[in-house]
Amino acid sequence: MRTLSAFHPDRIRGTSWVVSPEVVAALVFREWLVFRHVWASVAFGSLLEPVTYFVAFGYGYGALVSELAGLSYLEFIATGTIAIGVLFSSIFPALINGYVRRRVQGLYDGLLSAPVSVAELVTGESLWNALRVTMVALITTLVAVLFGVRFGPGVLLVPVIAIVAGFGFACAGAAFGAMMRSAHQFDFVIVGVIVPMFICAGTFFPIENLPTALRIVALINPLYHCVEILRAAAFGVTSAATTLGHIAVVVGFDAFAWVAGVLLFRNAVID
Amino acid sequence: MSREHAIVLRAVLKRFGSLTAIDNLSLDVPSGACVGLLGPNGAGKSTLMRLLTGQAIPDGGTIDVLGHRLPAAARAARARCGVVPQADNLDEELTVAENLLVYARLQRVPRPDRPKAVADALALARLTDRADTPTDELSGGMRRRLLIARGTLHRPDLVLLDEPTVGLDPQIRYDLWTQIEDLKARGVTVLLSTHYMEEAERLSDVVAIMHTGRLAAYGSPRDLIDRHIGTQVIEFSGSRGHLAGVEQQARDAGLTTRRAGSSLTVLGADDAGIFAPAHPVRRAANLEDVFVALTGAQLA
Repeated sequence: MRTLSAFHPDRIRGTSWVVSPEVVAALVFREWLVFRHVWASVAFGSLLEPVTYFVAFGYGYGALVSELAGLSYLEFIATGTIAIGVLFSSIFPALINGYVRRRVQGLYDGLLSAPVSVAELVTGESLWNALRVTMVALITTLVAVLFGVRFGPGVLLVPVIAIVAGFGFACAGAAFGAMMRSAHQFDFVIVGVIVPMFICAGTFFPIENLPTALRIVALINPLYHCVEILRAAAFGVTSAATTLGHIAVVVGFDAFAWVAGVLLFRNAVID
Repeated sequence: MSREHAIVLRAVLKRFGSLTAIDNLSLDVPSGACVGLLGPNGAGKSTLMRLLTGQAIPDGGTIDVLGHRLPAAARAARARCGVVPQADNLDEELTVAENLLVYARLQRVPRPDRPKAVADALALARLTDRADTPTDELSGGMRRRLLIARGTLHRPDLVLLDEPTVGLDPQIRYDLWTQIEDLKARGVTVLLSTHYMEEAERLSDVVAIMHTGRLAAYGSPRDLIDRHIGTQVIEFSGSRGHLAGVEQQARDAGLTTRRAGSSLTVLGADDAGIFAPAHPVRRAANLEDVFVALTGAQLA
């Protein structure tokens, strides 16, 4: 029952874009307190997921395919799996929390009775998701090493790449979560956005194999650019100029997702 | 900083699509007073509360809370307000103490003061020995006490309570009323919305009666009753036919009547010479009578 859309100029002007480090730290602290209660389930998922992918694709397909884009298949999917971990561990919690915490628990209404802005809510939650995603990326990298993948020294940049890309995906998840009116609408986002995102991204096969239309989807897919940055860092297979281009896309995506997240979230929690 | 009014509302308008929830409402809440916002469900009380915290944006008019113009300065205003909402929005993923600690941080309670602020809040809520209990294990009354403790943790100058005793049993209601009276004694400005007449009459210095988004009356409970009804009303019970007859008599004499269940109340009949009723009961006039007299509708 909103009289104005989220992106109406009046709404944009009326939004408080104040983000103070103190408040963001308090919100990340809150997430940390929650994590202390539920860490076991999070750790279980984070460990099992990459292992599953490596066993299925590494052993399964690795027997059929020996080399892809200048890398062994195991190396190719290692970076794909890290990227998928970054996507899933950031967008899913953000999407689910954005709906459950908002509509079922009324949590954001409670938080907003304190001197907190919507921008701070989105930033705090997305930052925590990005930090947690870094742990997931590190675990996945370790699992890859255990499966015999040999990374270059650039692999040390994985946490940085994970946190930057993860923040954007978390904001996107928050934006979608804010739009959802019922639990039935999860499917629209999962099947309509997330699944195409992780398939058309050069994660398990190069995008050159895709028909033109889907290749274009891949090119505008931030996950594709994230995978390419990971491959460049881990194995040095791309030129510096191309990699900078990929970085620009991911950073631009982060900015766009944050702004959209704040506006849509605000529309959802403020009447 | 002394200020005459904690809240100033001028011609506030709020629409939801084609529904006008708040219709050209002007109201002043004096500092240090307890103002009761009395009205039935749908009167706009909760919408008004959300407008005061900046969780809803008005479509017209101005709102000033503690000198801050909303919605632009809502965040700053909230630093000095305490909010006890109607909906239970405690953090379900945390324990009792963790709920209070997060709030202490969000309310910018200085780090050295936080442990004491949390301990005091736990004591106020009488939940000290449940500090580490997950919130979803608390009973209804405990949750409400925790909500009040959370809302007053940072010693605000203004506390907004949105229907605080709905759905609670009498013992807990009296308990909460005592807490509200403690706030009043400390000089905190209180705005309390309710549809319980007794609650409004007992706690408020001034009552603002709301109906369909408008202010129907404003004054102390005593003033409102004297002004609109008089001291007493006459209540009749009996067969439908009997009541119909009495109702007709009263209408002929130009008096307002109201039905409450199986009884009939005649308002403004201080000079009872008009009736020679069988089994009448005289009772003191109350705010519910005022509400009916002004709006023609029932409070609940």
